[in-house]
Amino acid sequence: MAPPELHLAVALDGAGWHPAAWRRPQARPAELFSARYWVDLALEAERGLLDLITFEDALGPQSSRDDGPDDRTDQVRGRLDAGLIAARVAPRTQRIGLVPGVVITHTEPFHISKAVASLDYISNGRAGWQPKVSGLRSEAAHFGRREVHTAELFDEAADHVEVVRRLWDSWEDDAEIRDVATGRFIDRAKLHYIDFAGKWFDVKGPSITPRPPQGQPLVTALATDSAGHRFAARAADVVFTTPHDVEQARLVESRIRAEQAEAGREQDRLHVFGDIAVFLGADAADRKAGLDELDGAEYTSDAPVFTGTAAELADRLQAWSAAGLTGFRLRPGAIPEDLTAITRELVPELQRRGLFRTSYDTGSLRGRLGLPRPASRYATTSGGRP
Amino acid sequence: MSKQIHLAAHFPGVNNTTVWSDPRSLSQIEFSSFEHLARTAERAKFDFLFLAEGLRLREQGGEIYDLDVVGRPDTFTVLAGLAAVTEHLGLAGTINSTFNEPYEVARQFASLDHLSGGRAAWNVVTSWDAFTGENFRRGGFLPEDQRYERAERFLRTAWELFDSWRGDEIVADKEAGVFLTDPLAGSFAHRDAHFDIAGRFNVPRSPQGRPVIFQAGDSDAGREFAASAADAIFTGHGTLQAGKDFYADVKRRLPGHGRSREELLVFPATTVVLGDTDAEAHEHAAHIRRQQVSGQTAIRFLEQLWNRDLSALDPDGPLPDFDPEPGENTIAKGRASVRRHRDPVATARQWRELAEAKQLSIRELIIEVTARQSFIGTASRVAAEMNRFVQEDACDGFILVPHLTPGGLDEFADAVVPLLQERGVYRTEYPGGTLRDNLGLPPLRNPRRSNRNAS
Repeated sequence: MAPPELHLAVALDGAGWHPAAWRRPQARPAELFSARYWVDLALEAERGLLDLITFEDALGPQSSRDDGPDDRTDQVRGRLDAGLIAARVAPRTQRIGLVPGVVITHTEPFHISKAVASLDYISNGRAGWQPKVSGLRSEAAHFGRREVHTAELFDEAADHVEVVRRLWDSWEDDAEIRDVATGRFIDRAKLHYIDFAGKWFDVKGPSITPRPPQGQPLVTALATDSAGHRFAARAADVVFTTPHDVEQARLVESRIRAEQAEAGREQDRLHVFGDIAVFLGADAADRKAGLDELDGAEYTSDAPVFTGTAAELADRLQAWSAAGLTGFRLRPGAIPEDLTAITRELVPELQRRGLFRTSYDTGSLRGRLGLPRPASRYATTSGGRP
Repeated sequence: MSKQIHLAAHFPGVNNTTVWSDPRSLSQIEFSSFEHLARTAERAKFDFLFLAEGLRLREQGGEIYDLDVVGRPDTFTVLAGLAAVTEHLGLAGTINSTFNEPYEVARQFASLDHLSGGRAAWNVVTSWDAFTGENFRRGGFLPEDQRYERAERFLRTAWELFDSWRGDEIVADKEAGVFLTDPLAGSFAHRDAHFDIAGRFNVPRSPQGRPVIFQAGDSDAGREFAASAADAIFTGHGTLQAGKDFYADVKRRLPGHGRSREELLVFPATTVVLGDTDAEAHEHAAHIRRQQVSGQTAIRFLEQLWNRDLSALDPDGPLPDFDPEPGENTIAKGRASVRRHRDPVATARQWRELAEAKQLSIRELIIEVTARQSFIGTASRVAAEMNRFVQEDACDGFILVPHLTPGGLDEFADAVVPLLQERGVYRTEYPGGTLRDNLGLPPLRNPRRSNRNAS
């Protein structure tokens, strides 16, 4: 039997995940705030037939500190809204999934719901999002929200995602009827108040935006600890995890499956992807060392940091995949080199091993990940999941 | 030289402008519809495409209103998508200042301005009703007398964020290892009665410095707000004389805010119906109006003013001889049209007098009183009339509201625009790189001193 195909995502952030990546000769740091830069990267990822791109985001400047902005001038500072980057890229791409990061600690689920639904329309069913919590007091001060209860952030996030999902379901798929005989544009019996009332949100609904092409656009979540695992298992379709070896991969996978069962979601397909920061090529270790020297510190990450050739990375993905991970999200250390190494070296290597697709299917992002298009939870006719 | 006309397009929906029953009417939600209208607008060298915003589905009699177009996509998302399929067209969105936060909105507009190469515009509105607030965790009920105050403070706050980067900080010098020259770029601190925020804005200065600012609203406070802070104002003043009065009034207010007449453009919303002859155009226009205002639509519209169930009335019969119920926004919720009539009893009396004088049924009356300013006739008549409005200072241009989605501007672009160009009152090429340039607005003054220097 052929080995199972694995899924591949790429996480884009500035000039790459290494803070000195912008100083590589091929980097385009002056273009980080231009549309062309992001379109070029998305097209490169699409040439590699990747499942999806995530776009990093935050509601404050990047920093080398954990607790707020620093005063460094030798690293990239500033970033555009990831949701708008994804929307800008959508008409220029055809197949690849587009998954912006969205900080949900200070934002309104009603706005987020319609934004991601609209991204799904623009991209013809390729939208997702990565809800992110922010425990930084410095970011709370941008919103005048003085108290941030760190311990509750993930519970709040779970409610946020629940509101968003209910809003997506609040229009049944066939609510627009354009019935000339009765003069009705919609059948209002197929629009539903969500009436969510919780500790952080009271949202009436229905959405202003009709149910998007995927029904439920993809919900992803980065989970690096037990609180994150629980949130992701409750709320997400794809979990990004950060195991550092094959044993941890096995352990994390089983923990998430246990949380999934705890949340009553055993019947749902839940992907567990491993996140890896990658420096690829024969010169990868030297290249990373050079960047470390420029930055004045060794690059570290919550995810494992890989240096090596595409063939060596393929070995690792194959082994970790056997431990239960269904895919990987690769964080290119330096763009464009590590992105093109993924699309032009790693992907062909995985294809040779029969582990990766050789062409895109025509379906939605959910379809590519084997996730069914769910019926609206409010649907009164022909219920159940198709 | 003649004054140059500015043109813009509104994507129709939600109000009963859209004739959704027409076989040529396609999706109100698919991106292809927005793309079609935007490409037509750009082909016709329009300044911008304008999207409205809705944050709660309208209700009447406790049920979701179902006769007009219901549902629309997110404004920012569509505008960013349209930036990918256009090169010159301005991208204008209404964004509410009540149910959003300045940091978030400023970030989205600055991002849109970057991603469109300087084509973003913001129509600042404030909604005060608790009905809309039920979709938001912050609730958002505002007393009416604070509406413009909040909008103004919101705009000023966002403005400080836009100006928190001067625009020369990023040097990205790889050799020297200097990405930005100022370690505190984006620093801000703002405190007033509505907002108390501080920190670091994380979007560098955008091509236009800030989006072009639009304002809609006709009250004295609204006009004053526009004169103090907006680059363009949307109006509903349709007739030549009403337009001239409004135009003179808002332009007169500018010097009091240290601004010149060129710093605020006036755009009424308008519709155009064309025909091979004037008579044919008028016949066509009447047909469109009857499609827009069905008997049911007329009754429901009447209910919004009368504030009571009138479903037993015959739309082809006379207006009710009883007065509207007192109270505001009780039968119809979330509809801006209701709020225009400050004194429903007086308005009802006017409508009855009008209906009696002209022998109008309910439906005919509603068709008459809800008509927008329309230019109806042959292409050459429409071109001449539109030009007259602009040359006589009734406005600086128009926002066209087509009745068909998405092809409703195709005929205008093909037939009327060339005639305006022949008259020398409309551009044949985009003159500048940014929306601000294309609107002919004077360059922005330099960013104010940042807060850290001021304090």
